[in-house]
Amino acid sequence: MQMATFFGEVLSVYSRAVEEDEEDDHENEEDQQIRSEIEEKRKVHVEWCSEVKNELATSAEKGLHCSDLVVAVGPNAAGFLSAYVLSSEIWSPVGSVSIWNERNPGSGAMLQSESSCVFYRQKDSPSVLICQCTCYIAEDQLFQWAESVFSCIEKRGLNVTVLSDCSLAEFKTTESMSSTSPFLRALKTGLYRSQISCPLLEQPNIVTGLAAAVVSHCQVHQIPAVLYQSYSDVITPDSVTMETYKPAFLNLSRLIKLDANPNADVLKKLIRISDPQSNMYT
Amino acid sequence: MFIATESIPSSFRGFTLIMPAVSVGNVGQLATDLIISTLGMPRVGYIHTDCLIPMAGNDPYPTCADDAAELSTNAEVYCLPDVKLAVLQIRAPFVQRKSRKFRKLILSWIKSSGFDRTVVLSSSHAYQRDDQQLLGAPLRYLLSPVLEQEAGTQLNTLEWKEIEQVSAFPGINDSDKRLYIPGGGITKGLYTDGCSEGIKMAVLLIFCSEGDNIPDAFALVNYLNDWLHLVDKPVSVPQMLCLCDRLIYHVLTSIMSRDV
Repeated sequence: MQMATFFGEVLSVYSRAVEEDEEDDHENEEDQQIRSEIEEKRKVHVEWCSEVKNELATSAEKGLHCSDLVVAVGPNAAGFLSAYVLSSEIWSPVGSVSIWNERNPGSGAMLQSESSCVFYRQKDSPSVLICQCTCYIAEDQLFQWAESVFSCIEKRGLNVTVLSDCSLAEFKTTESMSSTSPFLRALKTGLYRSQISCPLLEQPNIVTGLAAAVVSHCQVHQIPAVLYQSYSDVITPDSVTMETYKPAFLNLSRLIKLDANPNADVLKKLIRISDPQSNMYT
Repeated sequence: MFIATESIPSSFRGFTLIMPAVSVGNVGQLATDLIISTLGMPRVGYIHTDCLIPMAGNDPYPTCADDAAELSTNAEVYCLPDVKLAVLQIRAPFVQRKSRKFRKLILSWIKSSGFDRTVVLSSSHAYQRDDQQLLGAPLRYLLSPVLEQEAGTQLNTLEWKEIEQVSAFPGINDSDKRLYIPGGGITKGLYTDGCSEGIKMAVLLIFCSEGDNIPDAFALVNYLNDWLHLVDKPVSVPQMLCLCDRLIYHVLTSIMSRDV
C-alpha cells in the first residue's frame, strides 16, 4: 500500500487491512507437489551429538533431564553468553537446530560453525542446557522450533530462561527514554515463582519471534519460564547492551557462573563484525 | 488445539461462542476485548496452534498490579459458565497459507466442544460497499441455515439488515450474485464452511475504514448486545438528563425548605 504525504513523497505504509481469504482453491497438482516439497524442506530438525542421543534413547520419558534451559535469541543475547558464560567453563556444543528458509539457505549439517542455533552443556554438570540462536527463523517455523526442541526435554523440573534482543524503537511508552537505554524488561509464565530482577514489560508492549514462541509454549504447557528482553538503540552487537543481561542470571548463579569481566577476545570478535567496512575515513 | 488451564468447566455444551475474525481495522478483536473486559471473564484455556504467528504480552485486562504479571498468548479462551458464554480472542495474524487450516481447526473444536451457537464478529472495507450497502446503518448480519430457523424471526423483530449479496460481474450481468466480504479475513470461509457443516453460526459485521476503530468496536458490541443482551442497556442521554433534572429539583426543594 502506498500513500502520498502532504509534501508529495510516496511512502509505503503498513496496513492492517486483511485480504479476503481465497487461497489455494484452484491449485493444480504440480503446485501442490512443489508446495509440499518446500514444506518438507522448511521443517525444523533438532540434531544431537551421539552422547545426548544415547541419553535420549535410554531415558524412560524420551527426554533429557534438565533443571534449566537458557535460550538466547539475537546477537546481543547470544554474544552475552559467549563473552560471559561459554568462555569460562568447559561448555561444549551438544546439538543444533537446522533450519532452512529464505534467509537461511545454507544451515544444515550438525555442529558446523555456520550453524547458528546451537546447544551447549557442561561436561560435569549436564543439567543446564544453553541454546544460542542467531539465525533467522521464519514465522511458520517458530511454533515448530518450540515443539521440536521441547519434545527432546523432560518437562518435569524444568525452568526456562529466555534472553532476547529488541530494538528500542519497538518500545511503546509515553515517557522519554533518551537516557535510559539499554534496559531490561521481563515477562513470566504463570508458574514462574522466582524473583524477577527488572520491571515487567508494560502494556501495550508485546514480544514476538522465537522468544514469544518459547514463552507461549511454556505458558500453555505449564513450564515455569521467564523472558528478559533487552531494548537497545544500537543496531549492531555492543558490549553495553550485552551487559544488561547480567541481572537475568541472578537466579541462575548457583548453576551458571558468570565471568566478572567479559572475555575480551570473544567480545572483540563479536563487535568487530559490525565495524564499518567501507568508510571514507577509515 | 484447545488446551485448558486448570480452572475449566467440564464442557462447553450448550454455550454460546463469540469470536473475532482478524479483519479490517481489527474491529472484531477490539469488540472481543471489550466483551471480555466488560464482563470480567476469566481465562480458561488457549488455542495453541502453528497457524498463528507467536506473540506474548502481559495481561491486557489488568485490574490490579498483580494481574499485570499474567502472560497472554496469541489465542485465548475466556468463559462465564453462569451465562453459558465463551469468548475466543485472537491476537495475531495468520501464518501465510495457514488460514484454511485454522478454519478447519476452529470448526472441529466448535463441533467437538458442543457449542450451541457461534457468533463471529467481523468487519469489511467501507469503501467497497455497493449502492444498496451504502443505505442505512453500516451494520450487517449473516446466519447459517440452521441458526436462521431458530433465530431468524427474532432478528427480524430487531429490524437488522442481512448483508446484501453483490453482483459477481457488475454492469454486465446483475443476476449472478455472490457473498463478498472484502477485508473480512476468514469471515466468508468460516461462514461457508460452517453452513456446509450444519453449525449454528452468525456473522455480525460493520463496514469501516482503518484508523481509530474503537467507535466501530463499540457499535458492533452494541449491535450484538441488542440480540444477546450480554449487559443491561445503559440509560440513554435524554433519560439521564431527565434524572438529573429531577435530582436537582429535589436538592433545590430540600435546600429551600431548610431555609424556610
